[in-house]
Amino acid sequence: MQERVIKAPSDVDFKWVGTRQIRPDGVEKVTGRAQYGADFNMPGQLVGLVLRSPHAHAKLLKIDASKALKLEGVKAVVTRDDFVEHDSDLMAAGEMMVSYKDISRNVMARDKVLYEGHAVAAVAATSRAIAKKALKLIDVEYEVLPHVIDEMEAMQPDAPLLHDDMITAGVNPPPSKPSNVSKQMEFVLGDVEKGFADADFVIERTFKTSPVHQGYIEPHACVANVSADGYADLWGTTQGHWVVRAHCARLLGWDISRVRMTSSEIGGGFGGKTVVYLEPLALALSKKSGKPVKMVMSREDIFRASGPTSGATVKVKIGAKKDGTITAGQADLFYQAGAFAGSPVSQGAMAAFAPYDLEHVKVVGVDVVSNRPKVAAYRAPGAPISEYAVESVIDEIARKIEMDPIALRLKNAAKEGTQAAYGPKLGPIGMIETLEATEATEHYKTMLGPNQGRGIASGFWYNIGGQTTVNMSLNEDGTFNLIIGTPDIGGLRASVAMMAAEELGVEYNRVRPTIGDTQQLGYNFLTGGSRACFSSGMAAVEAARQIKEEACRRAAKMWDIPEDAVDYENGWIRPAGDNAGAHEPISINEIGKMAGKTGGAIVGSSKINAQGAAPSLGQHLVDVEVDPDTGKVTVLRYTVIQDAGRAIHPSYVEGQYQGGAAQGIGWALNEEYIYNKDGKLDNASFLDYRIPVASDLPMIDTIIVEVPNPNHPYGVRGVGETAIVPPMGAIANAVADATGLRFTSLPMSPPRVKKAIDEARAAGDPNLKV
Amino acid sequence: MAHVTLVGNLRQFADGIGELEVEATNIRQLFAKLSERFPALAPHLEDGMAVAIDGEIYQEALFQTIKDDAVVHILPAIPGG
Amino acid sequence: MKHHVSFTLNGDPVEALCETEQTLLDVLRDELNMTGSKEGCATGDCGACSVTVDGRLVCSCLMLGVEANGKAVDSIEGMADGDHLHPLQQKFLEHAALQCGICTPGILVAAKNLLERNPDPTETEVRYWLAGNLCRCTGYDKIIRAVMDTAAEMRGA
Repeated sequence: MQERVIKAPSDVDFKWVGTRQIRPDGVEKVTGRAQYGADFNMPGQLVGLVLRSPHAHAKLLKIDASKALKLEGVKAVVTRDDFVEHDSDLMAAGEMMVSYKDISRNVMARDKVLYEGHAVAAVAATSRAIAKKALKLIDVEYEVLPHVIDEMEAMQPDAPLLHDDMITAGVNPPPSKPSNVSKQMEFVLGDVEKGFADADFVIERTFKTSPVHQGYIEPHACVANVSADGYADLWGTTQGHWVVRAHCARLLGWDISRVRMTSSEIGGGFGGKTVVYLEPLALALSKKSGKPVKMVMSREDIFRASGPTSGATVKVKIGAKKDGTITAGQADLFYQAGAFAGSPVSQGAMAAFAPYDLEHVKVVGVDVVSNRPKVAAYRAPGAPISEYAVESVIDEIARKIEMDPIALRLKNAAKEGTQAAYGPKLGPIGMIETLEATEATEHYKTMLGPNQGRGIASGFWYNIGGQTTVNMSLNEDGTFNLIIGTPDIGGLRASVAMMAAEELGVEYNRVRPTIGDTQQLGYNFLTGGSRACFSSGMAAVEAARQIKEEACRRAAKMWDIPEDAVDYENGWIRPAGDNAGAHEPISINEIGKMAGKTGGAIVGSSKINAQGAAPSLGQHLVDVEVDPDTGKVTVLRYTVIQDAGRAIHPSYVEGQYQGGAAQGIGWALNEEYIYNKDGKLDNASFLDYRIPVASDLPMIDTIIVEVPNPNHPYGVRGVGETAIVPPMGAIANAVADATGLRFTSLPMSPPRVKKAIDEARAAGDPNLKV
Repeated sequence: MAHVTLVGNLRQFADGIGELEVEATNIRQLFAKLSERFPALAPHLEDGMAVAIDGEIYQEALFQTIKDDAVVHILPAIPGG
Repeated sequence: MKHHVSFTLNGDPVEALCETEQTLLDVLRDELNMTGSKEGCATGDCGACSVTVDGRLVCSCLMLGVEANGKAVDSIEGMADGDHLHPLQQKFLEHAALQCGICTPGILVAAKNLLERNPDPTETEVRYWLAGNLCRCTGYDKIIRAVMDTAAEMRGA
């Protein structure tokens, strides 16, 4: 029986870290009591709805809402005139530099609509039925323009131009004319021409991926309540309420302190809820109407108007020797940004070859706008696309020289000291450890049957830290309140409470974690970047240490001995040595009880910009069966082997591995946006945008490998994002193994697979195995 | 003296120079000196750059110490999803 | 034109006024303030709104409020007995079969209905029964394990 957690050695026997506690927010979630974005209501609230462009690309000539305003029950209408005209480009919004010019235009169109679904106006009315009628009464005059969606088509010289001031950045000398390419960049290590010259053979392939949506089951939803004197309360589902607060304040021209946001429970985000859509509209409507306004996005609008990830074209060229040494890696990435600049192409470019120790690498990234919703982050943004392409070619290399794919990766594996293509030398990472663990699995040794194939792929994600503020207080009975600022998307409260309990040496259920609102804590960057357990955990540990220190100071005072003559251990404070005097140990409960009389409440307050996040490396191993008659690819068996640094709560780490794998399986086999000739989305529903369902998948086995991150008190590495990076490559490799055919375009949906098999059969392709 | 590499296409804004020596004891100083020497680089340094110092990546850490002889890379910031 | 509907919800009589076009889900959430059933799509594709009506598993977004008149509706809010969780709810917590939790009410309602009909389902039967409940976070693994474990416990207990 395989070990599910390959634990890192530790000289400490943890009491809580590494165990599987019941999450403190669990009962409310299994009883339906937890409040998500759309579950909150305010007395007298209005319903807000958005009018969206029916055209993929058009000039917005005129908006006349006068008839709508006359309809009984309509209390407010907002259009582009209600938002600050941001001309200047970048402003700080917490950790990110954002173009408010672009965000304001995405939230509400100004001179042009740039995608079907682009918001044009919003109304607030006393009922949904009236709001719907009101939308129909808003007169909008469009001048329809030709549109373009595909990234390669958008780069053609005669392509419809989205922004007439878009001059490609990163090109020297800058182009004289505007285009749909917002920027270009390259990452170079060594000299790839030399590397290719050293190779015994070179494999070159072009890949195409389709845009996919994060697919969170909970729609965007918020309730805004703005008083006549401009104090705004905002409730909503988000990955980062300080970020939303900042965006709303800037877009509306308000002081940040005027906006108080409470994050509801969140029903999935995956990066798609790190941006604003409804919130500024709801706030503007509430201010105008003088009443609370509730807005919930329909599933159709989510597909038409909220940000998916990029579709892309990726060209990969890799040179290798017959002994499996990879001599050079080159990639050209063309990523869709959607209607405004900013695809994750630079992160995709930097990650492409990151699992490998290469001397010569050149990756060029190009950011292309086209008439689709502005792309939003989707779990390891950019990396799944580029690594799918690279991992496919690595697989071809292994097949060509008949080398075991794990052995090939081990031979070229990045490790501590490897210089990454994006510059710095890597610290300790788990590429080799996870490869070795994969090789040792029973899965890897199992025989396959007819029409079956096995594939493996590696994945890398950097992980981030960021601004984190946490408060912890000792209650009068020795229990603890812990307020963190990163919304809990799946087990975070449990993990942070476990780290705090470990640090304090107290029972886990004596630490109560909650998510604070923007009034209650200093700035917290969002839950994303695989940062929450790492950063909020680090801050909680620091706050716990402050409490321990203060508890010791109080005890020392009570005993009249110097502060440093006192020790804290497992919730008890005792004199440090015989010299300190014979004082009975005092519990943290006692300290809590006496806190008021000994100086006041005992509170830990940690305010950090967490640094030292370390990458997580992982391997996905998958067996598939391909039905040549239907083209259906069935996932028979799946194992995720990934480095967590240290798994605080193994069940929730496993959950991240399994969830990322499932999303990747959907991306590989079924998910895509299907546009008609007018640039309108044909499959704007869960029926036709098919994400994996329970009957599509087998059990997803997981192995947690621990290569601790030296920069975190408990060795934590973020894990959420790496998990979605390998699946497409692994499945494409498995399908190649089963069929003998290499699929360079996603998704590998049944019609596409069947067509390829039929064509190969008709052509007498000797590679065909089914 | 830090050994600085400008990753990606940052070198375009530094007159094509990709590697250089800079006297700086923290990231803020590093950015200030680079901006002074290459004004075209300044807005990009504001633009969300991560800085790797001897392999450790720092984002938004203006006062992070840069020791003498450190190997420094300036690269695009990593957001998350 | 509002209609007066009365039905039982989790064993208790309830009544509400609703428009013709309001779904049972709308009535539960907006008129009765029972927000445990969730709207994920409003087109019956995601199962987050799952309830049972006279013992039959339905998407409450696909049923009009007026159609509930006189029926026995059971939602997630009725699953626990006071402060005693249903074994499924307890197992979901132990197996960590939820991450964000938005699909959990619908899945629990569906799973409970399955076990009432078939106390000894195979893994495949569980997967196909739950195929109408979308989950984007978990990959379904721990959910299936929790349901099978509960079935075994309920058979044995």
